[in-house]
Amino acid sequence: MSLLPVHTLLWIVQSLGARITSGVQALGKMARFASRAFNATFQPPLRLRRIWNEIYINGVLSLSVVCISGSAVGMVLGVQLYRTLSRFGADEALGTAVGITLVTELGPVLTGLLVSGRAGSAMAGEIGSMVATEQLDGLRMMSIDPMDFVVSPKLIAMIFVMPLLSALFIMFGLGGGYLAGVTLLGVDAGSYWGGIESAITLEDHVAQSMLKSLCFGALIGLIATYRGFHAAPNVEGVSRATTQAVVAASVSLLIADYFITALWGV
Amino acid sequence: MASTQRRDLIVGTFVLVGLLAIAYLSIAIGGISNPVAGHLRLYAAFDEIGGLTARAPVVVGGVKIGTVERIELDPSFRALVTIRVASDLKLPDDTSASILTQGVLGDQYIALEPGGSAAMLADGGEIQFTQSAVILERLIGKVVQGLGVESQ
Repeated sequence: MSLLPVHTLLWIVQSLGARITSGVQALGKMARFASRAFNATFQPPLRLRRIWNEIYINGVLSLSVVCISGSAVGMVLGVQLYRTLSRFGADEALGTAVGITLVTELGPVLTGLLVSGRAGSAMAGEIGSMVATEQLDGLRMMSIDPMDFVVSPKLIAMIFVMPLLSALFIMFGLGGGYLAGVTLLGVDAGSYWGGIESAITLEDHVAQSMLKSLCFGALIGLIATYRGFHAAPNVEGVSRATTQAVVAASVSLLIADYFITALWGV
Repeated sequence: MASTQRRDLIVGTFVLVGLLAIAYLSIAIGGISNPVAGHLRLYAAFDEIGGLTARAPVVVGGVKIGTVERIELDPSFRALVTIRVASDLKLPDDTSASILTQGVLGDQYIALEPGGSAAMLADGGEIQFTQSAVILERLIGKVVQGLGVESQ
């Protein structure tokens, strides 16, 4: 009596192979899409007007979300770290702890997650519905490359906007930490700001933070436009593209964050 | 066209505020140093530097005046520490350097104590009088040994 019929075993191996092949294919498609998008970005018609418009949609409209979340996260950090630090009598290190956490990790990562939910989904949905209503084909018929006209302005705007939003998130976070730690819990204001200023260095923390937000911007922009561009041309396809864009962007952002953090300074 | 202009104004404000936030993070908090102002390097050899690392602060009377640039081993097996300070700072050549710790478990830093000499340290000068870091474990070891001797 055989434990497993041979063809079941074969089927398992085969489906594993199929999965890997389609995964690698998807990665390849993504890479080709990225190279075409960057190619279109560096070619003459710069389309400043459209980039400016995208900065409004992705940046200005995400501003309220980012600022409110930033101050809330800062206040939570202030209270939580105060409790832990005051147990060791080290509550004057609150500024240092809040500052380093916000600048290197929470600022870029949470801004990235918020932006991918707020702007990345809209981006994928917009391009997806353009696919569904054959607007991209219309552009192609007028011999306008949709890569150049639709994708690349969105991509540039996303990469440009992320560091700005992340810096604002950090500023509001530091303010929130001040509000919770200094105003409510009574940590000395001087040691809070002094701790932040002495602990955070440009080449270590601020540069890492900016590099992260730039990379996350590129990731979100690429994934959102890719998903929209390859959406199935119907209502369901558009909604799937939107969901997948947010999920894929958030997960890959967190993975990328680990690698940037681990490799930083090596 | 009024709404386009208004939108442009909003976008422009957003970009400016964002850039200001980045600039504040880099300059005020990140402590970008003025690249135009010159620096001078001083050397100090220590027998034992403990946990001192590059970029540790260098202070005079508690005021930060520079950073540790690099740490290497010199031919006589002492730790040669390169210190970078602003070039407009004039330190007497009998200045002494000691490695201290911020708080009980804090980071280590170098404290300089200017002497009374009239001659000043120039770029590349060496601080002659140095005091090594206090290693807590050795100190405890000594205390424990001492107690053992007494009880015998």
